[in-house]
Amino acid sequence: MVTEKIINNKRKLPPEVLKTVVIRFVGDSGDGMQLTGTQFSDTSAMFGNDVATFPNYPSEIRAPQGSLYGVSGFQVHIGSVEVSTPGDNVDLLVAMNPAGLKTNLYAVKPGHTIIVDNDSFNKKNLEKAQYATNPLEDDSLENYRVIEVDMTTLTKEALKGIEGLDNKIISRSKNMFALGMVYWMYGRSKDHTIDFFNKKFKSKPHIIEANTKVLNAGYYFAETLELIPNAYSISPAKMAPGTYRIIMGNTATAWGFLAAAEKSGLELFLGSYPITPATDILHELVKHKHFGVKAFQAEDEIAGISSAIGASFAGDLAITTTSGPGLALKGEALGLAMMIELPLVVVNVQRGGPSTGLPTKTEQSDLFQAMYGRNGESPVIVIAASTPANCFDYAYQASKLALEHMTPVILLTDGYIANGSAPWKIKSIASLPEIKNHIIKEAKENWHPYERDEDTLARNWAIPGTPGLEHRVGGLEKDRNTGNVSHVPENHEIMTWTRAEKIKRVQNNIPNLATSFANQGDLLVIGWGGTFGSLYSAVKQLSEEGYKNIGLAHFNYINPLPKNTGEILSKFKKIIVCELNNGQFVNILRMNFSGIEFLPFNKIQGLPFANDELIEKFKLLAQ
Amino acid sequence: MEPAVKEYTYKDFANDQEVRWCPGCDDYVILRSVQKALPEIGVKKEDVVFISGIGCSSRFPYYMDTYGMHSIHGRAPAIASGVKLANPQLSVWVITGDGDSMAIGGNHFIHVLRRNINLNIILFNNEIYGLTKGQFSPTSRVGQKTKSSPYGNTQPPFSPGELALGAQARFFARIGGNSPKEMTDIFIQAEKFKGTSLVEVLQNCVIFNDGCFVKYTDKSVREDKQLFVEHGKPMVFGKNRDKGLVLNGLKLEVATIGENGITQEDLLVHDAREKDPTMHQMLVRLEYPLVTGIIRSFNDVTLEEMEDALTAQVREKSSFKKADDLFFSGEIYEVKGE
Ligand SMILES: Cc1ncc(C[n+]2csc(CCOP(=O)(O)OP(=O)(O)O)c2C)c(N)n1
Ligand code: SF4
Ligand SMILES: [Mg+2]
Repeated sequence: MVTEKIINNKRKLPPEVLKTVVIRFVGDSGDGMQLTGTQFSDTSAMFGNDVATFPNYPSEIRAPQGSLYGVSGFQVHIGSVEVSTPGDNVDLLVAMNPAGLKTNLYAVKPGHTIIVDNDSFNKKNLEKAQYATNPLEDDSLENYRVIEVDMTTLTKEALKGIEGLDNKIISRSKNMFALGMVYWMYGRSKDHTIDFFNKKFKSKPHIIEANTKVLNAGYYFAETLELIPNAYSISPAKMAPGTYRIIMGNTATAWGFLAAAEKSGLELFLGSYPITPATDILHELVKHKHFGVKAFQAEDEIAGISSAIGASFAGDLAITTTSGPGLALKGEALGLAMMIELPLVVVNVQRGGPSTGLPTKTEQSDLFQAMYGRNGESPVIVIAASTPANCFDYAYQASKLALEHMTPVILLTDGYIANGSAPWKIKSIASLPEIKNHIIKEAKENWHPYERDEDTLARNWAIPGTPGLEHRVGGLEKDRNTGNVSHVPENHEIMTWTRAEKIKRVQNNIPNLATSFANQGDLLVIGWGGTFGSLYSAVKQLSEEGYKNIGLAHFNYINPLPKNTGEILSKFKKIIVCELNNGQFVNILRMNFSGIEFLPFNKIQGLPFANDELIEKFKLLAQ
Repeated sequence: MEPAVKEYTYKDFANDQEVRWCPGCDDYVILRSVQKALPEIGVKKEDVVFISGIGCSSRFPYYMDTYGMHSIHGRAPAIASGVKLANPQLSVWVITGDGDSMAIGGNHFIHVLRRNINLNIILFNNEIYGLTKGQFSPTSRVGQKTKSSPYGNTQPPFSPGELALGAQARFFARIGGNSPKEMTDIFIQAEKFKGTSLVEVLQNCVIFNDGCFVKYTDKSVREDKQLFVEHGKPMVFGKNRDKGLVLNGLKLEVATIGENGITQEDLLVHDAREKDPTMHQMLVRLEYPLVTGIIRSFNDVTLEEMEDALTAQVREKSSFKKADDLFFSGEIYEVKGE
């Protein structure tokens, strides 16, 4: 039942204290790994740890059971200290089948632990995973501490005597056996998960009983048999006091818009067409009809943005959500929104490109598209969220800027932060900054729709239904003094400058760029958007190791750039710009700050930066 | 109390912008017919919105003293859908051309009809691309010589009505560009109809496709070549009102009253409100006579009605009244200060 090497290695020591741990649960799509991982991270968060998670689904919807490409995984990083990424390599791998082991072994730190369901290592599954020999029997796992458990058998035993369970239910609950074991190993309470069963399966008491039994069985199995050489303890992290929840980036984005709608007193309209990895924002917003959210699944991305433009014309807070190829389709309509100066938020959850590219992988390669992907001189605000939780803030901010400056705003997130989750200190609507708008209710004499606010240059917003303000807008150039169609050469030039200046002045409404760790010195690490967690943990680690000459400046505002950008750049000897693309932001900086040398650091593998590669590079430059 | 709707005349819907269509273009007739229809409808001026795409026809909103948007090529139905869903109180009109609606905007055109949002679409069908100076369009005929088909067009055309009915249009009307009185009345009916109404106007382009409808629309032949249908009335046409439609097997046939024992009673009676579009499809396809008037007007639930009902249902059941209720619900936990 349990391998001898482990039985003989009974634990007598108190739990070892760890600062952080990375655990990956992997198995077949049907093994419930997402649920197992979520339960572990929620429980740890409630215990007080900082957490960050990342799922890894197979791209096939129903991949053949046991196949290499049908492996589903969920990674959890927990800590008694600040945790800012889901982690690179793992301390514990829980593999429910051979395919899971095979595809994830690369990530296990040498000498660390792998728990496997021994029962699943049968001939059929080994063949599907393309193992010539059983890895549990040859010495290919020599460098790891392997705990083999007959999980399927033990689950069946635990469930003996419960009425109404078929084989499917039985084999589906073995993930809870694994979870029980891991709970014991890390000294976690089972209560949260048992509560979860009670709520989720309210009407199916036999399922509650079955899952609870198996969870307990796993927990006590680990404890009583003392088969696990170490237990670990991770104390609560120092987090700011408050009420928290674990939130996924896409959910946070959706909620940021809910908040902005409520705060601004406008109704929320979403026009969207499904595309990975942006679809979850649509999935979330369609649920909230109780707040009056109008979520419209259109016939394509063009209709998605077009319907949003219509809704904005009619006075709603209008948004459209998409990913790379979808943004390409929206380009022309986005130019219209820019030209008729209506508030609109376009969310682009970036994925690997070009074309269909790597739909399920992350990348930051749509920055140029966001900046320039339209015909004519067509500036819009471009901002980027940088963590799963701050997707909330930047969705809110995107809405605020769109409404306060009467312009489209592109909000960039990416697959990495959109699917990742982390604790969010919940923000109440009352705590959020005010959102102004430019709605006018009455016409002054000689009123026209392109009259502008002196400070922001935002035009006024006259909404259909308002008597006396009937007017026409359109994609044709208009006279700056009447709003009527105009082909006058000078007027076009002035209007072009005006639209550019309007975006430039957004600088007065956004925060200055901040630096962390060092505000002057030898090396400035620059990043933007979703790479924040990776860059922050790397620079932090170096700072703790004594490199006090490295600073980090992470950008959330890209067009316009924060006012003080030049000032910050001037305080460092070397500047490295890290991006998951072939060098886009670095060129925007070069364009804006000629005379400063920017070193590019790029990765284009559909993967986030790994800690090691950043540390190595930064050390070299900071010498 | 709601203020009573002001008594408007067509002049209230015109503005000071110089109309820039070619002299003699049917677009003028359509503009005036719309301006005449609106006062009859009883809608407040500030509640009227015209959304157009791109094309000669799409200049239309600039000439209306209402809210309006001259948008981008082909996308007006999608923009108008957003306007209407955002504010269902508005009277929303889509202005589009044959290229705008059936070439570049084909996708939005069929989907807006399928969804049945309460919009009015006026399709200016001149069987040509006017604004870009005379290329063939999806309604140009095979063999037609245009700037982009100097040896004759080889692409078979769409019939807008057939396409629309195939896309589940609940309201379809067709009218000649030189019949302002009937056109005005059709616009009034279209606006009163709850759901997407599509009106195809056979619009003569005097510059690039002059006379393409004369064999049906010329005053001298109009009564003999067109059958103007009205719901509940027998389908009679002809200068002498002696011709009509009968069904022979699965085909429509023209019969003459007084010949072969045919009386008025033998003629088909037009039922625009029938759910089954089979007869409407046959009427739309007929080449002699060309059927004009309101061919289909089937009352059906609109998208807004379904959405409203769902929203009310969800609201009633939900405990979430404010975003805070959602944010602080479910799996939340406290972190205490030291
Ligand atoms: C994206 C885009 N492609 C092409 C054009 C050029 N264009 C403008 S109008 C038009 C055709 C218009 O034909 P139709 O819709 O029949 O309108 P009409 O001018 O005949 O009223 C074309 C091809 C454009 N404005 N935008
Ligand atoms: S080109 Fe044709 S459709 Fe366009 S305005 Fe002139 S006559 Fe009318
Ligand atoms: Mg045309």
